[in-house]
Amino acid sequence: MDLEFEKEIVEVERRIAELNRLNADPKANFDAEIAELTKKLEALRRSVYAGLSPWQTVQIARHKDRPLLQDYIAGMFREFIELHGDRCYADDRGIIGGFARLDKRRVMLIGHQKGRTVEENIKANFGMANPDGYRKALRLMKLAEKYGLPVVTLIDTPGAYPGMEAEARGQAEAIARNLTEMSALEVPVVAVITGEGGSGGAIGIGVGDAVLMLSNAIYSVISPEGCASILWRDGSQAPRAAEALKLTAPSLLELGIIDEIVPEPPGGAHRDHKAVMAALRDALLRHLRALASLSPRKLVERRYEKYTRMGRRDARAERRARRHEKR
Amino acid sequence: MGWFNLKSQSERRQVEREDLWTVCPGCKAHVFREEWSKGLNVCPKCGFHDRITFQQRIDLLIDGGTFDELNAHIGTSDPLRFSDAKGPYAEKSAAAQKETGMREAVVTGRGRIHGTPVVVAIMDFRFLGGSLGSGTGEKILLSAEYALKHRLPCVIVSASGGARMHEGILSLMQMAKTCAGLSRLHRAGVPYISILTHPTTGGVSASYAMVGDVNIAEPGVMIGFAGRRVIEQTIKQKLPDDFQTAEYLLAHGFIDCIAKRAEMKDLLHRILAYWNRK
Ligand SMILES: [Zn+2]
Repeated sequence: MDLEFEKEIVEVERRIAELNRLNADPKANFDAEIAELTKKLEALRRSVYAGLSPWQTVQIARHKDRPLLQDYIAGMFREFIELHGDRCYADDRGIIGGFARLDKRRVMLIGHQKGRTVEENIKANFGMANPDGYRKALRLMKLAEKYGLPVVTLIDTPGAYPGMEAEARGQAEAIARNLTEMSALEVPVVAVITGEGGSGGAIGIGVGDAVLMLSNAIYSVISPEGCASILWRDGSQAPRAAEALKLTAPSLLELGIIDEIVPEPPGGAHRDHKAVMAALRDALLRHLRALASLSPRKLVERRYEKYTRMGRRDARAERRARRHEKR
Repeated sequence: MGWFNLKSQSERRQVEREDLWTVCPGCKAHVFREEWSKGLNVCPKCGFHDRITFQQRIDLLIDGGTFDELNAHIGTSDPLRFSDAKGPYAEKSAAAQKETGMREAVVTGRGRIHGTPVVVAIMDFRFLGGSLGSGTGEKILLSAEYALKHRLPCVIVSASGGARMHEGILSLMQMAKTCAGLSRLHRAGVPYISILTHPTTGGVSASYAMVGDVNIAEPGVMIGFAGRRVIEQTIKQKLPDDFQTAEYLLAHGFIDCIAKRAEMKDLLHRILAYWNRK
């Protein structure tokens, strides 16, 4: 899947690769050409990625080569001990989790799992978790609370699975329960939107003391396609819906929904996994360090203030909250 | 326009006929309008519980003359300056306000249920499909905070199609916000009873409507996370007729009981009598 607006970038990348191949011959020397094309490539990446439309960002957030949970586990964490099952019914593969080490910090890692191949994707249900996944996530968060471990969640899902079994086993209840419990969890929670932050399926593991977002990730109450087909009665209006929904990282930072944007390298996370993981590791460690100094009581209080302020319509409550902050 | 303004006899007769009957959305039976409203919008033929207004719900659940509205001034907001094929959201919400006399999709207040003081939040589907906007979430949260402060049981009557897309991500955040408020009630030992009416779906079912100490539904109402059509398209098979009904949820363990509209107030009163107020 080459994206239309990336065609020129891909073409220059192909030519550089070709020259590098020819350069392997000791008699050849294309160093100057390669240097020139590399410079051109960098400029191109910068210019294309500086002017992305929200709809283009949606395409990048869903790019098949973007780092997935398994890539972060392998490339960013030093250890991962997967813990299976919700102790009720199943071991969902759309959400997985377990003990993990980030640098020297021990954390409970929970994230949506997508696949890169069709088989992987079918197994992971394309990152769309069933209620069992949300219940497993909650079980692991309560375990983290017991062991005094901070929770790190990596969010990348089109949404919670809309299936018959999912309804029968209470998709709504599972998400509602997580929101309720996460609001009072007595250990730090850092949530990261790494790709698609799809509605209830995303916030179901996304209530955090710090919410970070990769620069080309998206986070929305509904997919642009879904919104377009309802409000425009035309799915092809998705680019307009993407614009209207304000689902990109800069918009969400401005709206106070996320706390920090983790920059992706020019050309997007799918071009350089190492670079984006280095940036994310630094940001995570910084937030975990800062949150570690807060008492459980203070943590829960702060999280309550943070979420109850969102979309506040009451001027008196606003003033009350401000007074509370000053104290 | 009154019927007496109409020109011809036939037009007049037609209006009279429409005024006379209500067609049941459940079984399509024609029921005398008077009988329909006397029966609290419940079909005498099939028992379908149709939507009612917040005022009808207050009259039904709260002792006469005891309802005091709280936070009536809170209305809609347009944080994204959203506009779609039908025009700006600001105009749409203003029209809904004019049409319903409400400022948001929920009315909140304090009152008494057979003498027991409670805080109630009552959603009304007429207001933008009972969608969960920032103002809706704020009023629900403030109800929970009021209930906590005064140690009064909180009762929320839900009726909603889900999130309000026009407020984008802020609508989604209301799910976390309202649940945070109710979580405090749980930890403080203050009762929260959720009443699910037709329909309770999407973001409202996946937040406050599902986390009551006791979840009560009206008979036959639709309750679910994803829409029926979306599920059928996803799994490519037809769903059973009773899918996502109150009875289906009862059988699967997600609601505690089903109560007819006329019996709801007594049931609430009997349940709240089990709380040892400290
Ligand atoms: Zn009927």
